[in-house]
Amino acid sequence: MDRFVFLTFNGLSFGMVYAAVALALVLIWRSTRVLNFAQGAMATACAYVAITVQQHTGSYWLGFAAALAAGFVLGVLIERIFFRRLEGAPPLNSIVVGVGLLILIEAGIGMIYGVANRDLQHAFSTISYKLGHAALFSNQDIFTVGSVLGVMVLFAALFTRTDLGLRMRAAAYAPEVARLLGVRVGRMLTLGWALAGVVGALAGLLVIPTGLGLYPAAIDGVFVLGFTGAVVGGLDSPVGAVVGGVATGLVLSYAEGYIGSDVTQLAALVLLVAVLLVRPEGLFSSTRARQV
Amino acid sequence: MNLVRRLWQWTLVRHLVPALLGVGLVILITDQVSDYRNTQLTTLGAYICVAAGLTLLTGTNGQISLGHAALMAVGGYTVALILQDFSDNNITGQWMLPLALIAGTLVTTVAGIVVGMAAARLRGPYLAGATLAFGVALPSITAQFTSIFKGDQGIGLIFDGPPASLGSSFSFSHWQAWYSLFAAIIVLFFLANVQRSAVGRHLRAVRDDDVAARLAGLPAARLRVLAFAVSSAAAGLGGGVFAVGLQTASPGSFGLTLSLSLLTAVVIGGLGSLTGAVLGSIVLIYLGDVIPGFVDRLHLSATSAQKMHDNLPPAVYGALLIGVMMLLPGGIASLARPVVVRVTRRTTHTTGCNR
Amino acid sequence: MRISTRRRRQALCAVVAAGALVLAACSSSGGQASTGDNSAPGVTDTSILLGTTQPLTGPAATGYSKISAAMTAYFNFVNANGGINGRKITLKVLDDGYNPANTVSQTNKLVPQDKVFALVGSLGTPTHTAVLNFIKQNKVPDLFVSSGSRSWDQPTKYPTTFGWQPDYTIEGKVLGDYVKKTFPGKKICSFGQGDDFGADGVAGVKLTLGSSLASEQKYTPTNTNVGPQVAALQAAKCDVVISFTVPGFTALEMGTGAQLGFHPQYVVSNVGSDITTLTTFLKTAAIPLTNGMVTDTYLPLTTDTSNSWITLFKKVDKDYDNNAAFDGNVLYGMSLAYTFVQALKAAGKKLTRGTLVAAAEKGGFTGPGLVPFRFSKDDHSGYNGVQVVTVQNGVGHTTGSIYTTDDGSGALSAYSKSQPTAPSNGLPG
Repeated sequence: MDRFVFLTFNGLSFGMVYAAVALALVLIWRSTRVLNFAQGAMATACAYVAITVQQHTGSYWLGFAAALAAGFVLGVLIERIFFRRLEGAPPLNSIVVGVGLLILIEAGIGMIYGVANRDLQHAFSTISYKLGHAALFSNQDIFTVGSVLGVMVLFAALFTRTDLGLRMRAAAYAPEVARLLGVRVGRMLTLGWALAGVVGALAGLLVIPTGLGLYPAAIDGVFVLGFTGAVVGGLDSPVGAVVGGVATGLVLSYAEGYIGSDVTQLAALVLLVAVLLVRPEGLFSSTRARQV
Repeated sequence: MNLVRRLWQWTLVRHLVPALLGVGLVILITDQVSDYRNTQLTTLGAYICVAAGLTLLTGTNGQISLGHAALMAVGGYTVALILQDFSDNNITGQWMLPLALIAGTLVTTVAGIVVGMAAARLRGPYLAGATLAFGVALPSITAQFTSIFKGDQGIGLIFDGPPASLGSSFSFSHWQAWYSLFAAIIVLFFLANVQRSAVGRHLRAVRDDDVAARLAGLPAARLRVLAFAVSSAAAGLGGGVFAVGLQTASPGSFGLTLSLSLLTAVVIGGLGSLTGAVLGSIVLIYLGDVIPGFVDRLHLSATSAQKMHDNLPPAVYGALLIGVMMLLPGGIASLARPVVVRVTRRTTHTTGCNR
Repeated sequence: MRISTRRRRQALCAVVAAGALVLAACSSSGGQASTGDNSAPGVTDTSILLGTTQPLTGPAATGYSKISAAMTAYFNFVNANGGINGRKITLKVLDDGYNPANTVSQTNKLVPQDKVFALVGSLGTPTHTAVLNFIKQNKVPDLFVSSGSRSWDQPTKYPTTFGWQPDYTIEGKVLGDYVKKTFPGKKICSFGQGDDFGADGVAGVKLTLGSSLASEQKYTPTNTNVGPQVAALQAAKCDVVISFTVPGFTALEMGTGAQLGFHPQYVVSNVGSDITTLTTFLKTAAIPLTNGMVTDTYLPLTTDTSNSWITLFKKVDKDYDNNAAFDGNVLYGMSLAYTFVQALKAAGKKLTRGTLVAAAEKGGFTGPGLVPFRFSKDDHSGYNGVQVVTVQNGVGHTTGSIYTTDDGSGALSAYSKSQPTAPSNGLPG
């Protein structure tokens, strides 16, 4: 029982990180129909910004804020410079550009900082609270879950309650009509990318300290699992992204705990196949393929 | 002359001529170049096999696959296990390797049918996600059944070198290059015929408009699975000769990087075009060779040299991917097509992604 | 007049074919296989070209990327002092990113293209296993592979391949014996890498431990979440955890244990116990977490400033390696390079691949190691023993005897010969 409780909290914590990555991917997919393969690399770059600022100012939170700001800026730059020009091109082209950016950004980081591991701190203590002998969760875990849920709630409020959100949704679903109604569609798409950049940066700051430290390829594995979570949840749905990410985290944690550490990728595949066989467009997707 | 003209109307004959020319070219080139170049050519042949299959699947039939290296792994490991079995039973002979390669191709085709059936209902990014997870997960099976697959270390390939009849100066790497490049020619010949046949037209019809194809009476799902099967056969053969070139089958050689490299090679070369698959593979191989040499020649200072040396090659590769995609959305092969066709292809070429 | 599609395509094909021919012509011609033991490619009267494949980038790069720099530093030191038999050594280091497919292509570059004389210290078990057949076919001397796998000790199958460090089984046996004697009646568990490194090590432990392991956990290097495994060890109430982990995962294991409130007695393989490397991961927590850690060594301790070898290598490090932080990786690289220079010297003025391999098999080298090498015509394995070390406040102290043993069920025997002092000029005599 102790084991199960630990694995559940463990899975929840990692699941929230995958949910953050999935959320970033969904934001971009919904607005520009692009699968952003460079998402992980962008997040890693923001983490490097964080440690550089931390080194110079000595403050963790300044670095944290700088990373989120960098995520915003990076999202804007990448959308404007690259993906804006790919509008109308075959979808695979944007995947190739994404992969190219991934390679370029990681190599760029390596050229500036070198590939040696850097230390990225946690925001809060990682010592677990215990219930008797069972380890539960730590302050860092609470922060992880809280911040991702908080972001999700913020975005939900943004999209459904504000004027800006309405314009963003219009730009995503019916760009031509929105243009006719005076919405600056291009700006809305860029904003979508910028917000995705922020969420991605947050994911990086949460997950990188749990591994072997910060190095250019630190987040590649997390990206794949975040992508899995996004697909499981349905690429059109932010709620689906979070549910999918958490489900991925939980399934992986149980598989690792009860079977072994080398079955995690297989467990993710099994989850994905199981969901897609029943609902080919993810759990929460609203669009349906035309049936004949 | 009339006979020739009538023969020339057969696609098979029209493709046979360049195939035979290709064989001649392979024999000529592999004889002239160094051992090192021959090992490069072996890898090139393997990449061409897989890329050709991938371009059929993704370009002609519109199904994205981000996990083709896993199918290569199926082919490679099958070949390795069969050869190991022969070796354990002290069986030798030149026919072992072709037999193992054929078996590898067949096993991978079956795997491809299974994957294709699971993937038949998936479209666009969902298919991408599923194949990505598949590509990452399949090599990790080797960590499960370590008694068979020997885990991370992989299985060594044991096979005979060139027969004595080819002369004593016929090196091992020359022999490997022959296997690989002849396999590539076979795959290209076969796929060229498929592309030009009714099946090819049906695959393109399903890609362009699934519903219309069904209304016209085409079995869309079955055609999708067929595309996966054919593509997997090519990947299996490619994986087999890849393992022949490496002389090992290990999970680390069939990772996500390889899947993504192959996809990018195919798109850069020109999606749906076999010439494009060849061109993309050549770029992939040659770049890995040229860029480090170029960096070496820059003579940078000691500390920055290490950082640059290790990271400049991938940086250039990444920049190249971006550059080609932005400037030549149809890939390099689109340079051979007239401008008019290039433009219309852009707007109708949806490759199956639902909007 | 518009050129038809078909013509364009044919033209493109012709260009491609021509390009291929040009490529072929530009590269070196000829396909001669290497001829055998009397060959000496890469050797001139004044120079020797060596090659090695190392993980300079990728997941294994932390720490290990310093080994080749250290090797190069020692070779440069030797060159500055006249070289070996008048020849200066150049080491070409190629990065394989710990991916066996890259190791194959890089080794293909080193041997047929760059025509290196020998490979030295190529790193990694899965990576180097991939090129064993190629090395055998090309008869390249493959000295002192950087890995404790037993695969390098197959003289009939791979006559030119030699190991260097003690096998993981030997480490396991000595550590298991120490645990049996020092922690009687306690619950013993293991945490090992899910490949030969972990498997061989744990198998060695089982040979001498005498009791069974209460829990055996494994990890995969690609999955940094070791929470489930550590929680399992905690649930099994392990008192001692014997770990066959690389430094990153030793750090993860200890860090996660601390987060869960689990503080067993850690017994860690030499591969993953270097304090300097652990400090890059654990920062200020390194000293308290490693306090009391048990590990083993076959070289002098990096903190032992009274040792003549440490003094020598620190000087080489200062002068030739940009004064890099002197940790276990630097010591490893220089010691390996020292042994190689010994073999080169023993091969004599008439340096061929055959004489180098023969010199390695003759063995008898004494150097920085605490125990002798096992090199002979029938044994290519390397050092045959280790000594247990306990760590207090970040400094290691050797404990008990040095033990030598074999890879099988042979008993441990104490080795009492003292380590030779380093030559005063730093060059093998």
